[in-house]
Amino acid sequence: MHVVEKSQLMSATEIDRTLQRVAHEIVEKSGGSLNLALIGVRRRGVPLAMRIAQAMREIDGVEVPVGTLDITLYRDDLSKVAAQPVLQSSDINFSVDDKDLILVDDVLYTGRTARAAMNALFDLGRPRTLRLCVLIDRGHREMPIEASFIGRMVQTSASEIIEVRLREIDPEERVVLVDRVE
Amino acid sequence: MTGAAAARASAAGESPALRDEVSTRLRHLLGIEPLPAEQILFLLDQSKPFQEIQRHPLKKLATLRGKSVALAFFEPSTRTRISFATAASRLGADSMNLQAESSSLKKGESLLDTVHTLDAMKPDCIVLRHSSSGAADFVARHLEIPVINAGDGTHEHPTQALLDALTIRDRLGNIEGLNVTILGDIQHSRVARSNIHLLGKFGCRFTLCGPAMWLPRELERIGPPGCEIRRTARIEEAMDGADVIIVLRVQAERMNEPALPLDEYVLLYQLTPERLCGAKPGALVLHPGPMIRGLEIDPAVADGPQSCVLEQVTNGVAVRMALLFLLTGTVGEEVPNMDHATETKKEPASTGD
Repeated sequence: MHVVEKSQLMSATEIDRTLQRVAHEIVEKSGGSLNLALIGVRRRGVPLAMRIAQAMREIDGVEVPVGTLDITLYRDDLSKVAAQPVLQSSDINFSVDDKDLILVDDVLYTGRTARAAMNALFDLGRPRTLRLCVLIDRGHREMPIEASFIGRMVQTSASEIIEVRLREIDPEERVVLVDRVE
Repeated sequence: MTGAAAARASAAGESPALRDEVSTRLRHLLGIEPLPAEQILFLLDQSKPFQEIQRHPLKKLATLRGKSVALAFFEPSTRTRISFATAASRLGADSMNLQAESSSLKKGESLLDTVHTLDAMKPDCIVLRHSSSGAADFVARHLEIPVINAGDGTHEHPTQALLDALTIRDRLGNIEGLNVTILGDIQHSRVARSNIHLLGKFGCRFTLCGPAMWLPRELERIGPPGCEIRRTARIEEAMDGADVIIVLRVQAERMNEPALPLDEYVLLYQLTPERLCGAKPGALVLHPGPMIRGLEIDPAVADGPQSCVLEQVTNGVAVRMALLFLLTGTVGEEVPNMDHATETKKEPASTGD
């Protein structure tokens, strides 16, 4: 089995524009950024959260704290995984108590990552509100979870994979749809 | 790769490929001696997330829910056993306890029969402490499940060396090329041996200090190849230039082979504030516990800013959580679902979940 690229969903410019729009939406719907904090889910949620925070600073001049979350220990499929996952540190150097948190991830699919991230966050304290922000929502949910802020909705089949490539982590920046071929 | 090169690779973020290879190889933790330096660094790095969890208001995870860890302690131990039990419980695993005092060993059952009985209760991992050197290796050869050595005779105590290294790295920034002084009964100490094996792989130099009867010449050759180990009976000499001082417990039961009055030991070898001044400024003081104030260590040193004793205890839980997660967290060689396996291993551009 190998994977082939089917189409490009977003270019670097489109990613940038979308993140700007999402930042505006977050500020608008929250009535300012004062009590907000962003939590990027490792790995690609982290640079996305950083960029959204930067855009929000340019919009209303408020510095929004950004934390990073590693959800490996909260995954529900560890007993099915053969290779040992490598743990990364979570880095949230502010109290989540009474904060309006926005969880940032690249792709929303089954909802299991968001479920794990919620469990991880509630071990740290009691946020006032918690919303989810994703660059791509590709459907196929297995959990009762929806995002409040969505970059783009994409119809996919289960065999397809969405690859978000970001310059902070990958050699290029774009979003592509790939398919598994037998 | 040498220890130094591995340390640099670690500082530079390390390639995920190497990490995968390293992490999939560890089946048991029987000793530090056979571990490559990069695997030791991997274990230390993997302990970090668990150090963070110790600081959370809610310290309990469900990661190993449904798993059980057999704690087979054929030798009395309080802190190591509680530390492993705490680590298991914080990960959501249950522990099965076997203690020397109440065990069937008193009734004459062999070690092998006892561990086979424990194994038949289907634990996912066994933590073993035994008074015979090599007991953990022996048990590992007979069981299918991972074995963690929690101290075997005078051979090794690998989790102690790992938690010591983690503590040193947190305080000093690295564990490379340090001058390490070990004080006390080196000959009978598995803590000393595991520490020499571990820190020796990173170019540390050792000064072993204590009464001559506990410092046989053979100790100079126990380290990895090229490891500098010197012996001295004079504590002032041992303090000179030390970055780290590991104080060992004086085992009163060993004092009469041959006889050495305790007050003489205090006079000659107790780590006092004055003697500590002879070490490098800010040198760290470690003690594996249980610590006897006023015997091997002066209370002012034990409670002073250079003492890491309580950090060692906290880090012990983190290191043991990392090991239990590493050894029992996933299914091992068999691969029931290739898709999940490749996603975890290669970490391709994200697929969402």
